[in-house]
Amino acid sequence: MFGIIASIIDGVLVGLVYGLAAMGLTLIWGVMDVINLTHGTMIVAGMMALYLISGALGVSPYFTLPPILIGGFFVGVALYWVAVHRMMGRPPLMSLLSTFSVNLILVGLGTAVWGTALFNVEVSLPGLTIDRYTFPGPHILAAVLAAVIASLLYAFLHYTRLGKALRAVANNREAAELVGIPTTRVLAIAVGCGVALAGVSGMLIGTLFPFTILSGDGYQLKSFVVTVLGGFGNPVGALMGGVALGLLEGAVTPFVPVSWTLVIEFVLFVLVLIAFPGGVFARRGTL
Amino acid sequence: MLRRPFFWIIALVVAAFVVSPLIGNDVQLRESLALAAVYITLASNLNLMLGYAGYINFGSIVFFGLGGYICVWLVDAHHWPLAASLLATGIGVSALSLVFGFGILRLRGPFFALSTIGIVEGVQAFVENFQPWGGSSGIYISPEVFAPLGGPGPALWVIYFLFVAVMAASLYLSYGIKISKFGLGLLAIGQNEDAAAILGVPTPRYKALCYSASAFLPAIAGGLYFFKAAFIQPSDAFDLTLSTEAIVICMLGGQGTVTGVALGAYLYEELRGYLLISSTFSNFQLVIAGALLLVIVLFFPSGLMGFIYDRFPRLQKVLE
Repeated sequence: MFGIIASIIDGVLVGLVYGLAAMGLTLIWGVMDVINLTHGTMIVAGMMALYLISGALGVSPYFTLPPILIGGFFVGVALYWVAVHRMMGRPPLMSLLSTFSVNLILVGLGTAVWGTALFNVEVSLPGLTIDRYTFPGPHILAAVLAAVIASLLYAFLHYTRLGKALRAVANNREAAELVGIPTTRVLAIAVGCGVALAGVSGMLIGTLFPFTILSGDGYQLKSFVVTVLGGFGNPVGALMGGVALGLLEGAVTPFVPVSWTLVIEFVLFVLVLIAFPGGVFARRGTL
Repeated sequence: MLRRPFFWIIALVVAAFVVSPLIGNDVQLRESLALAAVYITLASNLNLMLGYAGYINFGSIVFFGLGGYICVWLVDAHHWPLAASLLATGIGVSALSLVFGFGILRLRGPFFALSTIGIVEGVQAFVENFQPWGGSSGIYISPEVFAPLGGPGPALWVIYFLFVAVMAASLYLSYGIKISKFGLGLLAIGQNEDAAAILGVPTPRYKALCYSASAFLPAIAGGLYFFKAAFIQPSDAFDLTLSTEAIVICMLGGQGTVTGVALGAYLYEELRGYLLISSTFSNFQLVIAGALLLVIVLFFPSGLMGFIYDRFPRLQKVLE
């Protein structure tokens, strides 16, 4: 019995990281109604940055967090100018296609350079042992870091001038423009933040599990499931959605082979989309 | 339909596909035309969703892969004849997608697109774990199944003509839908779904029917493709490259047009052949497809046919 509870707790720890990843996706959606199909690849980019930086400098994996956060932001701003800016005001189909094509380019370059080999980052961190079960140290630290970053994002959105401007643009872009908010710049910053979050969560996931260049698709699907659970465009809901997904994964893993998890998650995704088009935890438009 | 010139233009193209490899028994030409026929089949069926109804389907490869699996499985494990398996494949996959379509097509725009990405992941994970279909190692079929078609050599010709037949059916289906009331309803959905619903277009039913119709022929093409290969495994069957290429082709030729998609498929096939030969580019196929798509989406959203219509407005009446 305790085994199941331990598995669920571990699931929640990992779920917090999934929640952080989904926050990146939902932030962009909430501000400009664009679904970022490079999301999975940005997660993998965070993983690769973790692998390369910590490998090259020999530092602790967690020291790569600040450079990945900053680097991810600039990558996101570049993504906005390349793929999203011209799509504003055009059918949603077009922004899907443009981010999709950027994703193809990145995945193509990644597989050409690194192939599809499995990468693994060694993290030596003592775990927490209760009874016969050990909660791995990286899982605990990743969950804590994810929670801290999520709270920082919440504070940024609610208590800073720029964060408020971001929310204003999400609410009504024309009105925001009228009161003097430079909306284009704010949109670029929103994409920057979204990609930075994806990169950082990728870095955290990289300390938990081995990965390949193509791992992004699976994590992207998880992010979509979380986003749908938490309500589109709602970062706090996304974190709760992540916890819910982690709970589910933790509860399911003792009974079902790991390879079925994705099928279960997808079925859940479709069911939730049909039953609660606005998300389970919150209403839309509450960024 | 017989009086319209476009009907005969399609017939001419199909005739060219049938006759040209027969002249001089050109096997190499046959193989490249077979690939072009697959591209045209996938792209013009994708176009039903993307170009007509304005719904992007990132997972059109599921029809192809699932079709391949069902057909290979029927032929191998149940010893069905090829024709019956192909028909059963098409109907089976179409029926599945109809059921599925009624569920997910209540979702609008981007939500639908997201769930089509999920379908690929979900179905692939399912097949990888489904033991009757060989799990992740796949199914091999023995060469004996080619015997009723006259041995492996002549069988390749039979398969080629079937590919061309499926392509012809796809083009006529696209055209037939475009000039029908159903097609008008889809185009209305593509332009403004709320307005279409208010004007009495039964939008959920039309979308589900369109989704299901766009599954039928790709499933058969997939069945043929993997029957020809005599081997199927999940990573080949659900190779996202192919559905990506179908999207690139649609956008390159001009979404919503029948001619454009066929033209785009032909051009893309030529380009791809050229790139595969060059050693620098063969590793960067995805990169080039992506860059091409990005340029089209950013700067030429109406594709080749948009350009042609602009230059020669009269052609709009002849080339659909």
